[in-house]
Amino acid sequence: MNTTFSITPLGDSALIIEWEQEITLPVHTQVMQAFHHLQSLQLPYVTDLIPAYASLSVLYDAVQIRQEAKRPAFIWLKDLLTATLQQTITVTTTPPRHLQIPVCYHPSLGPDITEMAKQKNITTNDIITLHTTATYTVYMLGFLPGFPYMGKVHNTLATPRLKQPRLQVAAGSVGIAGEQTGIYPLASPGGWNIIGQTPIRLFDAALDEPCYCRPGDQVQFVPISLEEFHQLSIKHA
Amino acid sequence: MSIRVLQPGLLDTVQDAGRTGYQHLGINPTGVMDRVAMYVANSLVGNAPDEAVIEMHFPAAALLFEDFAMIALSGADLGAMVNEQPVPINKPVLMTRQAVLHFTKPVSGGCTYMAIRHGLALTPWLGSYSTHLKAGAGGFQGRCLQKNDVLPMRQVTPYNKLLQQHLARELPWMTGVRDLYTTGDHIRITNGSGFTLLDAHAKEQFTSTAFSIAAQSDRMGFRLQGPSLKTAVKTEQLSAGVTRGTVQLLPNGQLIILMADHQTTGGYPRLAHVITADQPSLAQLKPRQHLHFSVVTQQEAEDLLMLQDQRLQLLQNACKLRLEEWLSLYGLH
Repeated sequence: MNTTFSITPLGDSALIIEWEQEITLPVHTQVMQAFHHLQSLQLPYVTDLIPAYASLSVLYDAVQIRQEAKRPAFIWLKDLLTATLQQTITVTTTPPRHLQIPVCYHPSLGPDITEMAKQKNITTNDIITLHTTATYTVYMLGFLPGFPYMGKVHNTLATPRLKQPRLQVAAGSVGIAGEQTGIYPLASPGGWNIIGQTPIRLFDAALDEPCYCRPGDQVQFVPISLEEFHQLSIKHA
Repeated sequence: MSIRVLQPGLLDTVQDAGRTGYQHLGINPTGVMDRVAMYVANSLVGNAPDEAVIEMHFPAAALLFEDFAMIALSGADLGAMVNEQPVPINKPVLMTRQAVLHFTKPVSGGCTYMAIRHGLALTPWLGSYSTHLKAGAGGFQGRCLQKNDVLPMRQVTPYNKLLQQHLARELPWMTGVRDLYTTGDHIRITNGSGFTLLDAHAKEQFTSTAFSIAAQSDRMGFRLQGPSLKTAVKTEQLSAGVTRGTVQLLPNGQLIILMADHQTTGGYPRLAHVITADQPSLAQLKPRQHLHFSVVTQQEAEDLLMLQDQRLQLLQNACKLRLEEWLSLYGLH
């Protein structure tokens, strides 16, 4: 495992492991390896692990560490993590899942697709082709339960966030912000450029695994018609 | 065997110590704003310290006890009453059938907690009773309490002999909570990685000026009003996992402190982190109240947390002894 990481505190009950601060697959692969490895260790005093683009935040119970290790919690955990991550990781890293997510790009569901095409001097079909050709990595989940931050989109598609965020974005809306693409799992205010909508439910509290996406997933979008969207919406309702 | 909501408050939710282990899926922890008050209220009624409690802000709910109950309030003093009789905070209180608990005025603090002996009979979501408002899950039907909601209690003890004609009866002991909170308006922090981005003047302003809690503050975050802090260098930061108590610098130079319902990730510079031991004191501040930041070391922050934890455990043990002694005196359990 690459050793070029740093560990710094995030207050007195969390720390952050940071790699080269860039959005690339090699860096993210290291983040995911560290995430899966630490998850497999099931350290009792670690309460949460949050992988992101180029970092892994580790939340811990400082009181428990102090009581058991009889040493300052941050220093003790930093030493342990440094040693752990520098060792060659022997656990087989979980291969990423490949997900195909159907998206309807009809302007009635993707209110920004027409304007985006106009600005870029291309057709809405070009946007659909560019958006569905690439395979995206889920770099992290955040903002809302199950909201996947995916990247990178084709240069042509990269678009800054809306100047005036919408008060309500429909659940399932597929958007673009900068070089990222994402899906709103729940209806919410939001500033991403909405180009389509998926009938898949990305968040369902009633399920044992309520979030459809996991960090590290590989995602490809599959274009569907408005009719297919309605059929699939009923199926997934 | 239940408590009925006669009149809902502004934001009454069921909360516990929070939902851990799901933040990598974007499921934020939620949980109580004031961990100490939850601990104290539960200890007073003999519950496990992290048993689910009802968190209330002012105006708070009016609650009808459809059966006998032992409760304790801790945190903010919101002028609790049963009919014309005041109900003190930090004291166990017996409630009779048909007693109505209501809250009359915000005397001190921001949020109050009601613990019920043996707890509420609710279904946990992902291992926690905390209400996740955005997900619409956890707590009581994943939402704030509403009129005519019926909260079932796990167990009911007939306190009729003790209550006689009284609607409510205080048990003859209380706990001091003073040394569990900070004194004055100082909120202690450890430095964050973004602090070095500030220019020399802003660095000085950060710890020398008073900030006030802005009206738009909520369970997600406390927005602060104060001088606009300037950065020496303009930097774009990649989003990363964030945590409760993080003091973020917004692009307009204003600050926001992440509270219980904060998002799991964020991309704003992290100027500082409110130490865990002082997060309960911060949670009890109300809009327009002031605070000063004072910096402590990582080691001091951990020591203060340990000290607070020891005090809470002593308090819990003392409460347990008093309660057991008193219950056995009356042949109850």
